[in-house]
Parts: sequence; C-alpha cells; structure tokens
Amino acid sequence: MKQTARIISTYSADVMGVCSALYELGGMTVMHDASGCNSTYTTHDEPRWSDQDSMVFISGISEMEAIMGDDEKLIGDIEEAAKELHPRFIAVAGTPIPTMTGFDFEAVASVIEQRTGIPAFGFPTTGMNTYIHGASMALEGIAERFVRPPEGPVYPGSRIRVNILGLTPLDFSTNGTDASIVKWLRGNDFEVVSKWAMGCSLDELACAGVADVNLVISAAGLGAGRVMYHKFGIPSVIGLPIGPKQSEYLSDALTRTAEGYRMMRMSGVEDGFSGLTSIKIHPNDLDPVHKEEMVVLIGEGITNFSLANSIRFETGHKTKVLCATECPAGILREWDVMTPDEDDIIPELADAAYIIADPMYKPICPDTAKFIPLPSEAFSGRLYRDDIPDLIAHPEIILEQIEDSDVSSAKEAEISENADSSRKTDETVRSEAAENSVRNTRGKSGGRAARR
Amino acid sequence: MLKKIDLGKNNNKTVIPGVRIADADFPAPFRSGLEYSSPARGTWNIVHTGMLIPEAHEIFVCAAGCLRGVVLTAAEMGASDRFSTVAVRENNLLDGDMEDLVVDGVTDIINKLPARPPAVLVYTSCVHHFTGVDLDMIYERLRERFPDIDFTDCYMNPIMRKSGLTPDQLMRSRLYTLLKKRPADRSAAAIVGNDLPTRKDSDLIKLLEGAGLKVHEITSCRSYEEYQEMAESAVFISNYPDAVTGADMLAERLGAVHCHLPYSFDYDEIDEGFRQLADLLAANCETAESDSGLRPLLGSLLEEIRSGGREACGRAYEETLKLIGDTPLAIDYTYCPRPLGLARALLDHGFNVQRVYLDGIPAADKKDFEYLRNNYPELMLHPTVHTAMRFAQTATEQGAALISSGSQQSSAASDIEDAPLVLAIGQKAAHFENTDHFVNLVEGGGMNGYEAVTGTLGLMREAFLHSKPMRELIQVKGLGCEVCVR
Repeated sequence: MKQTARIISTYSADVMGVCSALYELGGMTVMHDASGCNSTYTTHDEPRWSDQDSMVFISGISEMEAIMGDDEKLIGDIEEAAKELHPRFIAVAGTPIPTMTGFDFEAVASVIEQRTGIPAFGFPTTGMNTYIHGASMALEGIAERFVRPPEGPVYPGSRIRVNILGLTPLDFSTNGTDASIVKWLRGNDFEVVSKWAMGCSLDELACAGVADVNLVISAAGLGAGRVMYHKFGIPSVIGLPIGPKQSEYLSDALTRTAEGYRMMRMSGVEDGFSGLTSIKIHPNDLDPVHKEEMVVLIGEGITNFSLANSIRFETGHKTKVLCATECPAGILREWDVMTPDEDDIIPELADAAYIIADPMYKPICPDTAKFIPLPSEAFSGRLYRDDIPDLIAHPEIILEQIEDSDVSSAKEAEISENADSSRKTDETVRSEAAENSVRNTRGKSGGRAARR
Repeated sequence: MLKKIDLGKNNNKTVIPGVRIADADFPAPFRSGLEYSSPARGTWNIVHTGMLIPEAHEIFVCAAGCLRGVVLTAAEMGASDRFSTVAVRENNLLDGDMEDLVVDGVTDIINKLPARPPAVLVYTSCVHHFTGVDLDMIYERLRERFPDIDFTDCYMNPIMRKSGLTPDQLMRSRLYTLLKKRPADRSAAAIVGNDLPTRKDSDLIKLLEGAGLKVHEITSCRSYEEYQEMAESAVFISNYPDAVTGADMLAERLGAVHCHLPYSFDYDEIDEGFRQLADLLAANCETAESDSGLRPLLGSLLEEIRSGGREACGRAYEETLKLIGDTPLAIDYTYCPRPLGLARALLDHGFNVQRVYLDGIPAADKKDFEYLRNNYPELMLHPTVHTAMRFAQTATEQGAALISSGSQQSSAASDIEDAPLVLAIGQKAAHFENTDHFVNLVEGGGMNGYEAVTGTLGLMREAFLHSKPMRELIQVKGLGCEVCVR
C-alpha cells in the first residue's frame, strides 16, 4: 500500500530542508510548529548544530493559537527575537498545522518585514514533502531576493565562473565533499563564485549573478537555478563529478554551456544554450554497458544518476535509479523510476545484482543482491554519519565494491560482450536540455538583464 | 559569522536570560516565545516509552516531518523491527479519508509483519485531532479485523502540550491500558509510570520486598504475558509526577488502589510518603511473612528506612560538601522531577547552588519555590528554550573565565588537580555550563526515598572528580534505554 513503511526510514521533510539550506546565511528560520520539528532537525538532520552558530527556532504554536488563528502571537515573538538577535533575514517555514489552518505565509512575512525592517520570507512547506522541496524553495527565495544581476562585460577566454547549487549536509554531510567539488572545479580551470549554501555568506551568494553557469549537484539547487535562468539567463548543468568519465563529460558540459551563455550575453542571441542540462546516457553505439548484472541505486535523484552514470562508465554494468525524493521530470534517465514509498521500491529490486542505498533500506532488499551501503544524512540522520563517503574524492569506495566482487565473472562478462556486440552499439553519452520549458518561458526581463 | 548576543547594556559580555528567584512568577517565570532546542537528548520520548511493552509493535500515522524523529528514535534504539509508519499526505487532509488511511495503513503493515504482534500501539497526531477523525470507529474496525491483537490509542500530539494532559502524561497513561483485569493477588504490587527501572537498592524496593510482596514493574517485563501479570497487583505505586493520572485511571479500571509516593529530597516528605504507602499496603495486601497482618512488619521496615536513610544522608552530605566545597552548582529540570527541591536541599546543607535551568516550575515544587524565594532570593532561574540560550555556552565560558580569575574558586577544589569550575546536575545544565563535570542522569534515574539523596550526592562526587565527554553523552536519545548510536 502507498504511504506505508513497515521498516524503512523516512526522508527529512521540506521544513527541515528550508532550515538546512539557510543555516549558514545569518538569517533566523522559524519552524511554525507545536514541538518536535526543532529537536528532530537539530538531532538528526543538522550535523553543524553543535559547531556552528545559527538561528533556527520553533514557534511552539498551541492548540488555542491554531484554533483562534492567532498569527499575532507568532509575529510578536519573531519581532522580539529579531530585536535581540539581529538576523540578516527572517524565514517562516510551515508544518502540517499551519497547512491545515490555511496560514498565509506571504502575508505574515510581509507584516514581519514591515515591522522589523528585515527581509522576510514565508515558505509554505507542509511537512509532507521531502527536504528537497523545502531546500529548493528556500534557495530559490534567496536567489530571487538577494542575487544581483551580472555587471560588466564578458571576456572571452577568461576562466569560466561557476555557482554550485544544492549543497546541503542532508545530501553531502560535512565530510569534505563540498571542498572536493570546489577542488575538482578549480582543477578543471573553473572559478567558483558561490556555493549554495555551505561555506558561503549571504553576501557571497548575492554575487552569484556574475557566474557563467550553475552546477546543480542536487535537486535542492534546481529552484535557485531556475531563478537565475529566468532573471539573468544563467544556465545550469546538472550532475556530480563522480569517477573519471562522468567528471570528464560534466566538465565538458559546463564549458559548452557556459560558452553558450557568454555568446548569448555578447551577441544577445538566445539560441544555442539551454536552461538546465543533464548528463545522460542514451542509446547509441558508445554504450558502455557490457555486463548484464543490474546495479540499482536508491536515494536522491541527482547524486544517484551521477553515480549510476559513473558505474556504467567505469564498470560496464546496467544501472537503474530509484528516486525516493522529488525530482522534476526530464532530469532522470528514462529507465529510472520515481519511488516515494516502500511498496514502490520492493518490486524494482527483484532483478538487482547490486543494491546501493542507505543501510536503512537493507531490510527490504533481497538476499540475492549484494548490498552496498551508501548512507545518506537525509534518510538515516546521524546513525551512519561517520560512514558517509566523499564520492567526489573517492568514487572507488563504491566502484571497487562492484568491480571487486565481479572479478570472478570478468571472463564471463567478456564472453557475453562478444556474443552480444550488437546490443551495445545503440547507446551513447550526451548532454541534454532537461527542462526546455524553462528556456521557452523565460521572462523578457531576464533576457534584458542577461544582455546588459 | 553570526553576531553574538549582547543582552547586557554596557559591556561586551554575552548574557543569558534569567531571573532571580525572588522576582520569578509561579509557575511560569519566563514569557513564552520562539523556542530553541538544546542538544541534550537524554530524556525519553513516546517511542522509548511505548517500547516498554514487550513484543508490542508501534505504528505512527503522521506527516513525514513528524515521522522523521520517531522513526530514527526507533532505529537508534535498535528497534526498527518493532516500528512502522503511515505517512499522511496533503490529499488525505483534503479528501477526508483519514479514517480509511489509518485503518488500511495499519492493516497493511500488520499483514506484512513476519509475526503477528500481541499488541499494537497506534499513534495518531495533531492532524487527526484537528480534522476531527473518528478514533472510536478506527479502533473498532481494527479490533474487528484483528481480534487476536490488543490495540491501544497513543498520541503524538504536541500541539496539546499547553492544554489538558501533556503528551508525557498521556503516554504514561496509555502504557497500561492494555492490562486486562484478572483476579487480584494480595501479595503483589506494581510500580507504574517509570521509564527507568526502580533501583533494587532503593527504599521503595526495600519496603516492598522486605514485606514479602511480589513487585511488578514494566521495565522488568520480558514478555507480553509478564506485562499482563502486572494486572494482578493489589496496589499500584507511582513515583513520577507525570504518572499520577495514568495510575489513577489504571487502578480505577482494575479495581485496585493507587498510591503516589512523591519523589523528594526532604526527609519529612519522604517519611510521610512511605507512611502513607505502608498504610495502603497494610490495608490491601497480605503476605506469608506476617500472619498477623503486614502492619507491624511494615512499621519496622519504615523505621529502618527512616533511621538508616537519615544517617546515610547525613554522612553523604558531609562527605560531599568536604569534597566539593563552594564550587558553583547548576541544576536542570531533566535531572529529576523536583529540581527546586534538590536546590533547596543542597543550599540548606551548605552547597553553592547558583543556577537552576527550567522553563516552568513543576507543581510539586511549589513549596520549595516559596521557600527558596524567601531564603535564597539570589538563586538564578534560567530558561532552556529561550532563543538567546542558543548562545548560552559562550556566555558561560565568559562567566567561567571570570570565576577562574576571581575569588570564587572553591578552596576545597583548589587542592584537586583539574577541579571543575562548575558542577552540573543534569544534561541541559551541563550543556549550558559547557562542562564535562556533570551528573548524567534523567528522570531521577530510578532512585527514590533517601536513596535519591545519597545517590545524587554520590553521583555529584563522582562527577566532581572525573570528567566525561559531555557533548557525546548528552546527544544520546533516551538515556538508559537500549541504544546503538555509534
């Protein structure tokens, strides 16, 4: 049955995604909830809680306040706290109770902003979607409100400037993955403008408009990418640099996409570049698959399709992503599956030879598959935090587990490859515009801004 | 990166909110506002408590955001196989099919379990409360579908924490609703409402076992049948304030009697509690130990507890004060249900209690509150959830620096290498004081009577002499419960 989970965990919710995305930006985030969300977030979703200051609080709404629609209590409490704490901005994020009572987030944010003089956001999260939804909404809000338009001329041949979008500990923990992404970009001669939103201040994010391209590393970055495209025409490339071949294609896609953007800014012609670009593997004669065993990956869409690509390139296995969090249409590969519930996942595992997933999925995995643990803060919280790998610096942590266990069958795979050479002549790798609708509906003001 | 809080008017020190007890209101010394959540996680939650029923399965029906904390609580205590969830989504709110979702979801889960549990605890939440879900109909349908399973209604309903029974009181009451009436055994008594097992060397166990009574307690039950045997008890005894309502309901339903033995640090109050309990036991119980009734035996046991307890407490206070001297002490409300009672006892015995961390004053502490206002007006009360407490560690670090450079250093402590600048009693106090010298215990730790006094003093001595990794220890959920956090 949909919506039931006999034994697996549940993903961090949208309201926590808002908190995580805004954590380091100097704002005050208020979860409008009775109790519980705050301790859950600080215990299971936020590895920075004890080491890094931030202002994440809960409203503590009571039964009577909910019934009587007493928004004034919340507004007054926020005003009082803001006077003491001086946040750069204020964000109110929702949970099931305000969802039910029809709380007007936009109006309340507007009142707070008028009274405090501090920029305020109302994020209508419900506590019923995953963190991706909330984090994307929050970063989108920051991009919309604070990012300044690009200024100055474009210099052809200068280093390509990149924003990293969708960087939160819920997907990347605090194990150095963020630094590894930066290192990879710099190593490929890119310049990092901003990181959304770990290791960057609000002021640094405000400069993101000078970038030539966004690298969207999780679906949490899609909202901000969309805003930057609508407002300034800055395109995005989706994917993570996991493993040599995937990284090579990603670097190439970033370069080509950025060059398209620069051409557009210099010439004013919009053809030749797209809003969101995803590195995909498509049927063609360069298909890297030469092994029949299926590798199934469960989790967040972008991390897992990037890892899946890498597995195909580096090991030659078939791969399938079971995406358990929100991911807009067109980003995943056509054979990947959206699986929000336990009962969606179980049948998809039947043909798996390997399963790569958070350890809390293991109880529903068939014994016939080799289980390769890949913990995710967003699913198992702090339980396996020490085991979350930096896949950018060390893709071999996963790849070798597939290759090692496959050594004995290498010969077999070779035979299979020879016997079925025609099969692998119909796939290739190419990048594809993942969201053409974004491009087609981009506002005129964005185009104008981009052409300045 | 963030601006540090400066609530002082003319200096650069970080100041934490607080009030002299002389100026504090009862029962709410602080205005309610936005709330901060400290990393101290040792207190039990409704998942831990529900798991005390052996072999029972918990099913939570809530929005994903609410499920997140409880599902990981179960995982951290190694009990995922006894825990399942049904996620409420927006369409369920709009479609009005909440009853079907609960019934069908619970049915689906039970049918998937590898073995049929004897009992299922179904936790509904705020959304059910607000949408007026027909809970009676839900449980009726579940009982029809699964006549071999005992169902009980539990609640994850934090929005009710400021009205009616608190979630903690409610959970402690639901824990015993599955007990089925059976013939009473006048030689049996049960201790109810505790999360932590009552210590074997506690005065309560000494009294009950000394009288030859069979003692039931949920914390020692290893099977569902053992749990059901609790129902034979002639007397139910609660020791924790939040257990009183549930114990009253239980005793009334099973036709037994309930005695609340208050948790206290006051000698006379301890004696009075035991005297009342002994009266009830004498009237309702009989054992092989005493042909002529229990009263004489209980009388001698009471005297033994009283004289032995007072003597032991006197020695413990003396020994502890000699060691700790005037080292500043901080207490928080998670340590025991009577934080002000503890502060009073320690102050009266010459200890230097400076701060008590609490957000409200427990009703049971009212007399102590009045006493402290009159006799120790400078004692400071500090909140734990106030937004400025997010930065309290910074403030206490500055305070500690002042202490170390000033004259407040304990003379007794100065003889001891690495003596603490402050000794905390309770996890939240330890966090806010940022000290590794702390008593790591919650909910009274299963102590009661005089043993709660001597036990506390013993733990204070141990904490004074030995530091422990506060940050790692306090983040473990449900202290004393089975955990697997690495």
